[in-house]
Amino acid sequence: MSAPEHLPEIDNGLLRFLTCGSVDDGKSTLIGRLLFDSKTILADTLNAIEKTSAKRGMSAVDLSLLTDGLQAEREQGITIDVAYRYFSTGTRKYIIADAPGHEQYTRNMVTAASTANLAIILVDARKGVLTQTRRHSYLASLVGIPHLLVAVNKMDLVDYEQAAFERIKADYLAFADKLGIKDVRFIPISALAGDMIVERGERLGWYDGPTLLEILEAVPAAHTEQAEDFRFPVQFVCRPQDSANPELHDYRGFMGRVESGEVAVGDAVTVLPSGAASRVKAIEIGGVRQERAIHEQSVTLLLEDEIDISRGDLIVKSAEAPEPVKQIDATVCWLSETPMSPARTYLVRHTTREVKAKVAKIAHRVDVNTLAHEEAGQLAMNDIARITLKLAQPIVADPYADNRATGAFIIIDESTNNTVGAGMIG
Amino acid sequence: MSTLTKQTLSHLDWLEAEAIHILREVAGQCANPVLLFSGGKDSICLLRLAEKAFRPGRFPFPLMHIDTGHNYPEVVAFRDKRAAELGERLVVRSVEDSMARGTVVLKHPGESRNKHQSVTLLEAIEEFGFDACIGGARRDEEKARAKERIMSFRDEFGQWDPKNQRPELWNLYNARSHKGENIRAFPISNWTEMDVWQYIAREQLELPSIYFAHTRPVVIRQGAIVPVNVPLVSGELTNLPRPGEEIVERRVRFRTVGDISCTAPVDSDADTVEKIVVETATTTITERGATRLDDQTSEASMEQRKKEGYF
Repeated sequence: MSAPEHLPEIDNGLLRFLTCGSVDDGKSTLIGRLLFDSKTILADTLNAIEKTSAKRGMSAVDLSLLTDGLQAEREQGITIDVAYRYFSTGTRKYIIADAPGHEQYTRNMVTAASTANLAIILVDARKGVLTQTRRHSYLASLVGIPHLLVAVNKMDLVDYEQAAFERIKADYLAFADKLGIKDVRFIPISALAGDMIVERGERLGWYDGPTLLEILEAVPAAHTEQAEDFRFPVQFVCRPQDSANPELHDYRGFMGRVESGEVAVGDAVTVLPSGAASRVKAIEIGGVRQERAIHEQSVTLLLEDEIDISRGDLIVKSAEAPEPVKQIDATVCWLSETPMSPARTYLVRHTTREVKAKVAKIAHRVDVNTLAHEEAGQLAMNDIARITLKLAQPIVADPYADNRATGAFIIIDESTNNTVGAGMIG
Repeated sequence: MSTLTKQTLSHLDWLEAEAIHILREVAGQCANPVLLFSGGKDSICLLRLAEKAFRPGRFPFPLMHIDTGHNYPEVVAFRDKRAAELGERLVVRSVEDSMARGTVVLKHPGESRNKHQSVTLLEAIEEFGFDACIGGARRDEEKARAKERIMSFRDEFGQWDPKNQRPELWNLYNARSHKGENIRAFPISNWTEMDVWQYIAREQLELPSIYFAHTRPVVIRQGAIVPVNVPLVSGELTNLPRPGEEIVERRVRFRTVGDISCTAPVDSDADTVEKIVVETATTTITERGATRLDDQTSEASMEQRKKEGYF
């Protein structure tokens, strides 16, 4: 087979983003519009939604039907879970996490936000900044999404007036300041008419910024532009002793993903929590050697010295080694219908390590609408709270604000094996 | 902010790294996983990803195929050859054995066996005590799949409960299960059909011949191209034309390969991976819309099958 010639060029990486808003904000229409205008929607899918639109007595094709999900959701006309959508512009691939907006779905929004690097927050131009706008923005900042894009939608219903847009922008900035979000941008759009999404349209001439898609194309794909410390949680240890190849008898490969930073052959590394030190002898992918590995690459590390390492250990550069801790302060979002009880023992999954944990203290619960702090004896589904956890064994963590991968954890209920909570350390 | 833009992975490298990470999580968390390998393009990608994840070691799981007995001989031969080349163990369990046991009962002899794979799969899971099945399903294939987790929990009856899925945050996958339950793991959830073809091109992966344009006898049935007189592995002909149908020779390729009774080819002259990539970029029909006769029966048919234990 010869080298591929006519492949579409995608060299601008992959961006994961989140859309938040309720059905009324036109979120589904916006996603439908992005998929439609980027030509991701194929004829048979379009036929199907044309038929459905007609069946429901609509005169035009309802693009929001493109994101229609499960049977149960169609029957109830609501979205109950995060859906993932894909499109590509030819230069960048996109993964959209489509999260339902209702208050009871805080857990869905947190789930969708956990892997996103940009959030589009939809505001209805007629209604302005609402309680739910504040809630979505708070959750986006809580989960550390680095870029927020406030899309003032339904500009067609306010005669494309600049004043409506500017008023909403000023309102939003007044409270966004309190959240400490660094990168907030604003854009006027009409998802229904397609203005300022992919095409500029002709009715928003007063707006001279980029279109929504241009913003998506230009935003950095990496979670952070800052240099980060090297963090490598060991997932699996490869010891092919039974191999027919005698050269592999002493092979010990430590398999994992570079969660942050980078590493090169020869680097001095420390294995935590044991503290054993060594140097990187080789870096491989599928047995093929390379000189270095960067953020997000899945590789195998070989070390100079024979050290006992297993799944759950963390390999770091010796100069950047954090201290193992047995107690953590964290912000948690409770995800389960069964309330969190301080009497119970849970399992905390942090990187590839699992440790038993108990709640030592619930400092306060946060009202996601007003950001007010409240006292709480237990936590119910969708509650956000500051808590302290005592751990049975040490973990090696960073503050979530510094490192998403080593600052995040989930809480598992061992009796059901369900994921019941999500936590951010710091 | 720093003026230096951080080096990031290309989209294919990113998808590859994510899939390797997921495969290693299954291996690290589950005691007895299995990788479902059909000889189709998606599971061919899974095998390359497993090589990148675990070589120079052996795969920490066997390969398994649920054979309906109605698979294209080219694909079955490819399946066996690929497993042998890799030196990995291949388990084949057959829907026909389930029929002989009486656990699969066809409504009529011509009924598609595709959905009955679920029964044979659940029987195999019980026989071997598998606690995780790795599959090549993608979220872009179908709307019920768009909401599927990467590690998807199934109860003792193999059922998927779409309203009660485990939350999945960051890349902290929860593959825990109690005895009798199991996890379905989908490492290429975030890949599209185009990503798969681009990966096949980049990695120069070999494919069964029927993925490429070839001439074969077909009939046009309700607008779909239906292959007829297809020889099975035994040499017996299947998919016989119905009375009155006109057989024509057509140049076609398969976009998806599965049970003969429910996969249809598309008109195509693409006889190389590169040409297929170009066709994929310009096609106007979705993969399943063009080629799956079983998904057209009802708007929710995939969701229904998944609730019953299907992949």
